[in-house]
Amino acid sequence: MSTVHPNLTYNYKVVRQFAIMTVVWGIVGMGMGVLIAAQLRFPFMNFDLPWTHFGRLRPLHTNLVIFGFGGSALFATSYYVVQRTCQARLFSAGLAAFTFWGWQAVLVAAIITLPMGLTSTKEYAELEWPIDILITLVWVSYAVVFFGTITQRKTKHIYVANWFYGAFILTVAVLHIGNNLALPVSAFKSYSIYAGVTDAMMQWWWGHNAVGFFLTAGFLGMMYYFVPKQAERPVYSYRLSIVHFWALIATYVWAGAHHLHYSALPDWAQTAGMVMSLILLAPSWGGMINGMMTLSGAWHKLRTDPILRFLVVSLSFYGMSTFEGPMMAIKTVNALSHNTDWTIGHVHSGALGWVAMISIGAIYHLIPRLWGLQKMYSINLINVHFWLATIGTVLYIVAMWVNGIMQGLMWRAVNSDGTLTYSFVEALEASKPGYLVRLIGGALFLSGMLVMAYNVRMTIRQKDAVALDNSAPQAA
Amino acid sequence: MSMDINDVRGIHTLLVLIAFIGICWWAYSSHRKNANDEAAHLPFDDDEIDQRTQQQDKTENKE
Repeated sequence: MSTVHPNLTYNYKVVRQFAIMTVVWGIVGMGMGVLIAAQLRFPFMNFDLPWTHFGRLRPLHTNLVIFGFGGSALFATSYYVVQRTCQARLFSAGLAAFTFWGWQAVLVAAIITLPMGLTSTKEYAELEWPIDILITLVWVSYAVVFFGTITQRKTKHIYVANWFYGAFILTVAVLHIGNNLALPVSAFKSYSIYAGVTDAMMQWWWGHNAVGFFLTAGFLGMMYYFVPKQAERPVYSYRLSIVHFWALIATYVWAGAHHLHYSALPDWAQTAGMVMSLILLAPSWGGMINGMMTLSGAWHKLRTDPILRFLVVSLSFYGMSTFEGPMMAIKTVNALSHNTDWTIGHVHSGALGWVAMISIGAIYHLIPRLWGLQKMYSINLINVHFWLATIGTVLYIVAMWVNGIMQGLMWRAVNSDGTLTYSFVEALEASKPGYLVRLIGGALFLSGMLVMAYNVRMTIRQKDAVALDNSAPQAA
Repeated sequence: MSMDINDVRGIHTLLVLIAFIGICWWAYSSHRKNANDEAAHLPFDDDEIDQRTQQQDKTENKE
């Protein structure tokens, strides 16, 4: 307990800032997603302008949702969790503030440069070299703040959530710098220092670990703190969490080659990527089971607590997409799924179902606590958000499964004389209904975020109300 | 018979396997039980500091 340090308080300011920006970037980034989904169904929505063309807005969508929404959620929760489980104040308020404003500057720079067509063309690493340098500065500061706080901890143990957050911070630093090494030729144009298939392998070493560490390890850190907190019981098995950690981080870095099946990448490297992807099922499901089983004996809470429902359903989607991923990494399955909408569906079952839902649950848990209140303004609206998000995600991924498998089958169909049965445009025509369903699913998910923004705003307004029935109880 | 790079790769795989089994054995060994329980309880041990922070943030807002 805290008797040893009677004057210690936490730095919640930067956590509050990142928590608000999680909602803001969520709406902007998902709004961009809905726009480009509409463009695929109704091409006139490209507006015949280069700046609003799908090809330029799609990377803006991915950057805003991954680094804006997901990144802000990771900054907010990691700064909160590391303080609370280390019982130490954030290492440097100044550096922490720099990570906030620096990160916002990166995102604003993305909004300006990507529609202008300034891009390095590396997926999930499109931002040009000056912005990459700013990201590096922010990230190194993040590492200093995070690990600095851990070194000042008053507790004996480093809680498992911090292990996951720490691995995410370190690995993303290495990946970001490794993948973005480039020769600048002008202020906003650079060329990768890697050539040919080496460049492709570097790109997917980064790309898959953007999934594995940015979108998984960090969010597992979130899971290990917020699921026990919201369920009000410790994690199901702490020793399983240790094995989960080491198995997951040791395996993920090897899986990227499955993005390059049947390419110029040497065959043995493709097979290694496939085998490592299959092995990944074990730690992924170990972690999912650990999170789910934390609720054993408290399942009834799911009936009344929509925040817990967000957290637990996110784990179900995590389990589903980490089963689907290894299956799609099998070369023969990949021969059908690659380049089809199935991939987009898989990504969104992870991104909407897992990453977004666990972040939303964590933010609903955090907002009242950060503003000194007992609970959110409206629990009913959290429930409305939960159903909008769940139905939206299911519509999205089912539409993409149908489209993906259909496209894969149409593209590979051949007549007895060896000619293709279908032209590409015929497969595209057949994809239209799926694109419409996907657009509806995405719009439902986005509308849930708008409900959240309203609920968050109304909650924060209550902090000034002195009618204290929602005020958190004070220490005697 | 001389060793080549592929023998080193085989040995590496073996070492990684041993390290993994070692981690499992260490995490699940009975003398780790108390430490694991203590660590698992960390999210519930700091309510006092949290409340002090909220109180201080409120006073600062009023000023």
